[in-house]
Amino acid sequence: MSEPPTVDIRTHVDAVYRAEAGRILATLIRLLGDFDVAEDAMQDAFNAALRRWPVEGFPVNPRAWLISAGRFKAIDAMRRRARFAASQHDIADTLHDVEPAAAVIDDELPDDRLKLIFTCCHPALASDARAALTLREMCGLTTEEIARAFLTSAPTIAQRIVRAKAKIRDERIPYQVPSGGELPERIGAVLAVIYLLFNEGYSASSGPLLTRVELSAEAIRLGRVMLELLPEPEVTGLLALMLLHESRRAARVSAEGDLVLLEQQDRSAWNHAFIREGIVLVERALATRRFGPYTLQAAIAAVHAEAPTPEATDWRQICALYAALLAMQPSPVVELNQAAAVAMHEGPAAGLALIDALFARGELRDYHLAHAARADLHRRLGRREEARTAYKQAHALAKSEPEQRYLEKRLRELG
Amino acid sequence: MKYICLGYIDPNKFASATEPEMNAMMDSCCAYDDQLRANGHFKGGEALQPPNTAMTLRYANGKVVVTDGPFAETKEQLGGIMILEARDLNHAVDLISKHPGAKFGPWEIRPAADLSEIVRQSEARRRAR
Repeated sequence: MSEPPTVDIRTHVDAVYRAEAGRILATLIRLLGDFDVAEDAMQDAFNAALRRWPVEGFPVNPRAWLISAGRFKAIDAMRRRARFAASQHDIADTLHDVEPAAAVIDDELPDDRLKLIFTCCHPALASDARAALTLREMCGLTTEEIARAFLTSAPTIAQRIVRAKAKIRDERIPYQVPSGGELPERIGAVLAVIYLLFNEGYSASSGPLLTRVELSAEAIRLGRVMLELLPEPEVTGLLALMLLHESRRAARVSAEGDLVLLEQQDRSAWNHAFIREGIVLVERALATRRFGPYTLQAAIAAVHAEAPTPEATDWRQICALYAALLAMQPSPVVELNQAAAVAMHEGPAAGLALIDALFARGELRDYHLAHAARADLHRRLGRREEARTAYKQAHALAKSEPEQRYLEKRLRELG
Repeated sequence: MKYICLGYIDPNKFASATEPEMNAMMDSCCAYDDQLRANGHFKGGEALQPPNTAMTLRYANGKVVVTDGPFAETKEQLGGIMILEARDLNHAVDLISKHPGAKFGPWEIRPAADLSEIVRQSEARRRAR
């Protein structure tokens, strides 16, 4: 029996796990051609590290050591199983001839995480499976943690992951970064998953808050990895957008747990490091002239972030950015936001006309925020009766308690 | 995390098996269990004798009533239990789906419940008495 690993080595191995597990797994999937085999191989490799590093010393390149050990363990396990299951023969035989194990010990190992995230977010997979698979394979979250974050049961998430992996295997979804004409659309699919994760964590209105907040942190981490490996304008824009939203987290909820509107937030509570980083990224994305909707939304958030007070907001620029965003990606909700900006820039009547035009087209009539915005504009025009009616409509449509409380407060203030 | 895996067997699937077939099945199961042990996943387990060897205890009308045999007859019978150490539920599913025993009946995988907090509270209550 060897000595149990010392605390020091365990801390060391844990640190390597946190820093490198994503990259190691991504490379093992490429080398072994299967998610489950690679996951097992990685666990075995880390177990081997706990046994051998105290004796042999800490390797110069722990990542290469772990990849090599994982690959060796997987092939060994397949050979042993192949004696009992004929179906495994082929796999073990193919692996045998792929490349000598020594070739893996190489400082120039490519970073395979981009292949991994493009596979996890492949359009052939069910959309609700993409987020779960990304969190598990890229971020190393357990099935149980993902289930808690999405307020669902572990077997539900486990089933999604099992099905997604089976689909990758059965349909032979290639493990690669898409090329050429396919790339922009596939980047869009990856960014959509990252932004969904961010919003799950950001708009957490129920459930254990802490786990949900971590989803936003994971999304930002994924955004950084994407930017490092694929510095495309919209990748830059999405990271900027997430940082600029995240910068307001501490100010957007009151001590009572109510949402605080942008204009009423304590701007000194904003995270200015995130704002500075977000603004640099937005400017870089805009300068490429190949930006898209994420960059434009980030630019709008940046204009807000740059204003020391709500009154100092550059509404003219925000209106221009909304017009550009709508030209690129028409959406009634964006039109509503544009109406609010126009009301600030040109006056409440101009904003009201835009909302009424939306309603006349049959859009957003069941959306409580549209009625609330309309109510605010009537109030600012001094039309108390119209404002009251609109607040009541908004109240009837609002679903969350904090929003209902907010509207009730507004109604009382009307007198 | 610990998962309790309940392995069921369908006796009909064994009825027509020849001795070499049975041996091959046992060998593959034992070999896979060895592999689980070697990798630290197998934290304990036992095979069970058939249901007709069992007793069932129930509490009725203020006393314990003992009856022969299992509580209910089903086509699939509990054949064994395994305590599996896995990273998460998907890892447990992956490890058990490779188990050759899965060909002879379903496995049920359930996470072990962590009762340490309940036990701690109970100890505090009993001390206070």
